[in-house]
Amino acid sequence: MTTGTAQPKRKTDIGPPQYQKFLPPMVKANYGKWKYHEILRPGVMVHVAESGDKLFTVRAGSPRLVSIQTIRLFADLADKYCGGFLRFTSRHNVEFLLTDESKIDPLIHDLRQAGFPVGGLGNSITSIIHTQGWVHCHSAATDASGIVKCVMDDLFEHFTTLKLPGKIRIALACCLNMCGAVHCSDIAILGVHRRPPRVQDENLNRICEIPNVVASCPTAAIRPATKNGRPTVEIEESLCMFCANCYTVCPSLPLNDPLNDGVSIWVGGKVSNCISEPRFSKLAIPFLPNNPPRWPEVVQAVRGIVEVWAKHARKFERMGDFIDRIGWPRFFQMTGIEFTKQHIDDFKHAGLTYKRSAHLRRR
Amino acid sequence: MADNPETPLLDELEKGPWPSFVKEIKQAAQTSPMARGLLGQLEQSYREKIGHWKHGGIVGVMGYGGGVIGRYSDLPGKFPEVAHFHTMRINHPAAWFYTSEALRKLCDIWERHGSGLTNMHGSTGDIIFLGTTTEHLEPVFAELTEAGFDLGGSGSDMRTPSCCIGPARCEWACYDTLALTYDLTMQYQDELHRPAFPYKFKFKMAGCPIDCVACIARADMSIIGTWRDDIQVDQDAVRQYAKGGLDVDKDVCQNCPTRCMEWNGKKLTIDNDNCVKCMHCIRTMTKALRPGKDRGATILLGSKAPIVEGALLSSVLVPFMKLEPPYEELKDLIEKIWDFWGEHGKNRERVGELIQRVGLGNFLEAIEVEPQPEMVAHPRENPYVFYEEYYEEEGEEEGEKPSDQ
Repeated sequence: MTTGTAQPKRKTDIGPPQYQKFLPPMVKANYGKWKYHEILRPGVMVHVAESGDKLFTVRAGSPRLVSIQTIRLFADLADKYCGGFLRFTSRHNVEFLLTDESKIDPLIHDLRQAGFPVGGLGNSITSIIHTQGWVHCHSAATDASGIVKCVMDDLFEHFTTLKLPGKIRIALACCLNMCGAVHCSDIAILGVHRRPPRVQDENLNRICEIPNVVASCPTAAIRPATKNGRPTVEIEESLCMFCANCYTVCPSLPLNDPLNDGVSIWVGGKVSNCISEPRFSKLAIPFLPNNPPRWPEVVQAVRGIVEVWAKHARKFERMGDFIDRIGWPRFFQMTGIEFTKQHIDDFKHAGLTYKRSAHLRRR
Repeated sequence: MADNPETPLLDELEKGPWPSFVKEIKQAAQTSPMARGLLGQLEQSYREKIGHWKHGGIVGVMGYGGGVIGRYSDLPGKFPEVAHFHTMRINHPAAWFYTSEALRKLCDIWERHGSGLTNMHGSTGDIIFLGTTTEHLEPVFAELTEAGFDLGGSGSDMRTPSCCIGPARCEWACYDTLALTYDLTMQYQDELHRPAFPYKFKFKMAGCPIDCVACIARADMSIIGTWRDDIQVDQDAVRQYAKGGLDVDKDVCQNCPTRCMEWNGKKLTIDNDNCVKCMHCIRTMTKALRPGKDRGATILLGSKAPIVEGALLSSVLVPFMKLEPPYEELKDLIEKIWDFWGEHGKNRERVGELIQRVGLGNFLEAIEVEPQPEMVAHPRENPYVFYEEYYEEEGEEEGEKPSDQ
């Protein structure tokens, strides 16, 4: 190939950096040869290798949405205490790995000074998995970071202590798309729409493929139509369950609506195979209003559920296992949550969720 | 530099002990006009209880179809700084390990070309760069690749694979989650960057059944470490736990889902044939019990969030597979699944939904995997059984004939 001026070759498809160059020396030396670990105190654990090496982990909470200034602060702390290495967890925490036990306290001190609490290990409430919300998403039925901040402020003592009977995972998704596994959480906070899409007839045909829009509806509520000579769609509102899949394929069908959007609360799901099998969360509260900036109704609802579980669950018992033991009627009784028509499933295979036995506890 | 807009509602979220995202945005706003615009628009959302972002448009870097999500304000006149506010997904290093040097390079790139705001990390696992304009996409990409980073997935492609910390710092890792994640990511760069699937496809690697990456709930292919020999037991260490106050019978044996263990005060006996590898005993007595030595993974398929046909958990496809480089058996399986899904999947149909539609039995036949009882919670309850063929009397003319072979 001959070209006039030599352009620097554009690099593509190089993939992520090879992870080994980011592993601290002690991790490299003991890779795959760890023997056991122990939680020493809230947010601090030690991993002991077969070689006898000890690696101390200090875990700190983060808001997930972090500025480059904060990342640089973490980098500075990694230089000061950890030989320039650090990592993040699958729940947005930041972890500092130390070989020198005496550096744990100074590191924790520096983190706290900078506003980053240490905790989130073992039987605590660790960071809330969450989505973008009004900060960056077009389909959000609520904000994500704001509610997470308020709920974690309220449950803060449980991030920094180890007083709970077992693990409890909280997650938030700002709409049913659920970027993140909120549908299998001990407590899931889920943004919901409650008003069918408003069809923007004037531009729908220009922006969207009508057959795709019609096909996108899981309940076949959308039909092709013509209005004022323009091809568009019409919606059988009684069939709409507010999934927003049509909006995802067609911007001319917005569902976002301040009067009707809000938050639902789901409980009893998990992903771990520990003791019981992974399972979905179930509906606890169909609707709470969006009440920014502090969402008091949501904060209070989550706290109420956490407190009932914390007080009555047995050691190791996750929310779902606890509810299995006491039964759903008592869960509603103990939490004071009203049971409504919305709690009864009416989508596919709904019958499988009906109580199909006479095994009922007294009330 | 202009002042930040008035944000009385957001200011309420600077209060309280949990780290504040509003503080983060304000910090970025000290040097970034985009972050300042975001503050203004977000305050309006808080006032009006509605988001102000429009649907994504098609933006990206040359030659890639994924990795950038177009984002535009619906109030561009009022907040021109965020009129264009695209997201870039950067493929994170396996298990999210970094050097401070690499992090600083990323920060410098994002300071030059974006809002200075990130997610560490997004739900798929990527580093998320929040907010830049179309003309900055190519320069960011050039500087990222120069620094050794590449974009992640988005849209109908293979999404950025991610994994738990695995053997890097966990004694329970039953295979090398980091190595497999890196290997699949590199092998399938084309599938990652150039969307050609019916819809998204996610891989997540969990080193043990505790599943710290929640793969069973959200990865189309969930690869969960397990073992097939006996749990390793250090009886002395078990006795130490008992001496230290652990009620081995009540806290450990009674919580075993198959009641496959007994403690007589001196010795822990395990019926390993009935162990379902739930990890409870191992995580409760970390010094005494360890997974077996013959390790590999269970491969599960099909999980997803509710859109479109309802949420699914992954279900067992291969009860046990050894996972050693070059992972040929696994890749062969992956490619058979992609072939069938590519041919038969409808637009925006995840592989789990395809299986629901065609039936797991037919799906297995198509990808040449034998049915096994481990794949079901129980055999079918309904008697409406399909058979493709039937016998007929000699001389009958209608109906499909039994195969001659």
